[in-house]
Amino acid sequence: MFVIRIPRYWRSKGFRYRLEGYRCEKCGHFHHSPRLVCRKCGSRSIRRDRLSQTGRLISYTVVKSSTPLFEQYVPYVVGVVKMVDGSLVVGQVTDCDPEELREDMQVEVTLRKIRVDGENKLIQYGYKFRPVIE
Amino acid sequence: MQEAILGVLRRVAVIGVGMTRFGKLEDRSLMDLLAEASIKAMKDAGVDYEEFDSVYVGNMLGSVVERQTAIATALVDRLSLFPAAAETVENGPAAGASAVKNGFQAVASGLADLVLVVGGEKMTSLDTATLTDYIATMTHPEAEYMHGATLASLAALLMKLYEQRYGVTEEHVAMVAVKNHRNALKNPYAHLRREITLEEALQSKMVAEPLRMYYSCPISDGAAAAILCPLEKAGKYTDKPVEIKGIGHATDYQTLHEREDPAVLKSCKYAAEQAYRMAGLSPKGIDVAELHDAFSILEIVESEDVGFFKKGQGHLAVEQGVTELDGVLPINPSGGLKARGHPVGATGVAQVVELVWQLRGEAGERQISKNAKRGLACNFGGFGNNTLVHILEAIRK
Ligand SMILES: [Zn+2]
Repeated sequence: MFVIRIPRYWRSKGFRYRLEGYRCEKCGHFHHSPRLVCRKCGSRSIRRDRLSQTGRLISYTVVKSSTPLFEQYVPYVVGVVKMVDGSLVVGQVTDCDPEELREDMQVEVTLRKIRVDGENKLIQYGYKFRPVIE
Repeated sequence: MQEAILGVLRRVAVIGVGMTRFGKLEDRSLMDLLAEASIKAMKDAGVDYEEFDSVYVGNMLGSVVERQTAIATALVDRLSLFPAAAETVENGPAAGASAVKNGFQAVASGLADLVLVVGGEKMTSLDTATLTDYIATMTHPEAEYMHGATLASLAALLMKLYEQRYGVTEEHVAMVAVKNHRNALKNPYAHLRREITLEEALQSKMVAEPLRMYYSCPISDGAAAAILCPLEKAGKYTDKPVEIKGIGHATDYQTLHEREDPAVLKSCKYAAEQAYRMAGLSPKGIDVAELHDAFSILEIVESEDVGFFKKGQGHLAVEQGVTELDGVLPINPSGGLKARGHPVGATGVAQVVELVWQLRGEAGERQISKNAKRGLACNFGGFGNNTLVHILEAIRK
């Protein structure tokens, strides 16, 4: 039981560790996985780029019961964050009590342990978001 | 669908349907379920075994749950339908509707005269852990699921957005679940044949705020089947053919949050528009619908995106009882995915089966108005991003 096979997991590390992806040079649309053609405007000129390290939390849910892979981590917060360029990213929001969360609050990217995959002896790291003390 | 093509396609009728009970069917294999539904549909249509040209089987998880692939081949063998062409269709939880679409295309194009379409899934024999994990793989692995963004959490985000933008309350969502349970009580094929109260739903276990356990579908086994032939030949088998008048199929971004407007299921809109255009109808022409309520909030969203209600007003229709069995536009008379159950690959075919029964006036206790002439089915292959819409019409002498 492992949602992503290890080679695939390894290949996704750019986005997972550094929010690194592929930006369309024509319309600016950001893709988190490789593209030959922009899914928004159809342009073929795409370069590697990174998203900003801060953004605003636009929506979130407190997950209280999850699939088996994540059940041991409940409750945890899944948020939708609008990065500086307007791209939306899904990730967990950490380092705060869910009660303190509010929409439109500023958050920043932090590298964290996402889960431990006992079966494959793998510790999954990736980005999470944490509130910025304003 | 190009208008020029429409004129050359043959019209296609459903001439027989059948399904197994949905639920936790411990002593039955996937093949048992597919065979039972098929045989029932064959009896219903009064067709012989040697007549079939093609068999399409919609299935999503057979390779994981039963460690079986080439499922359609096995079914043709099991039913002795040789030499009918066998093909398994995998399209996530829309595998069933995709199988119907394939069957339609085969008959409409003239490639086949008699087609068996079956959708089936065996889910309860696998441990829940592995199963839920596998189903979750239809979300985006790197952008969603790796972060613990489960299907339920996506539905929760959509529900929240609806609450904030359109004034939908948790009660509205609970009312959809209560209605579908009530309908399922009248459906002998349904998995959850138990009435639930609003209070019970509102107090059920929180899964992902504001989504509770009672606002999501169960894990079920089951299969459903339909037999298709050219409309001009349907009279040989039945005096109550139901025509497949329109088909639409469209895809949107895989991740919910990146869509142009996450509150709009664009693939659902496009698919419905295509189907209406092909059928020469508007949403007003529909008398009954089976929608994909894997989560109860989805029934409200889809009822708007297929054009029944204005955006942001689907919940008002629920409140006013419009979508009840005796309402102006009954939705999910079968109990829907919520209470009939959701054996993933079976669902799209089961929706068609329910519409056929309703349009033939054979739905028993849950029969809607006998004057109902047209039904619409909407089946998702992901979280609202791969949508098939079918429009069926009763042909009356
Ligand atoms: Zn572009």
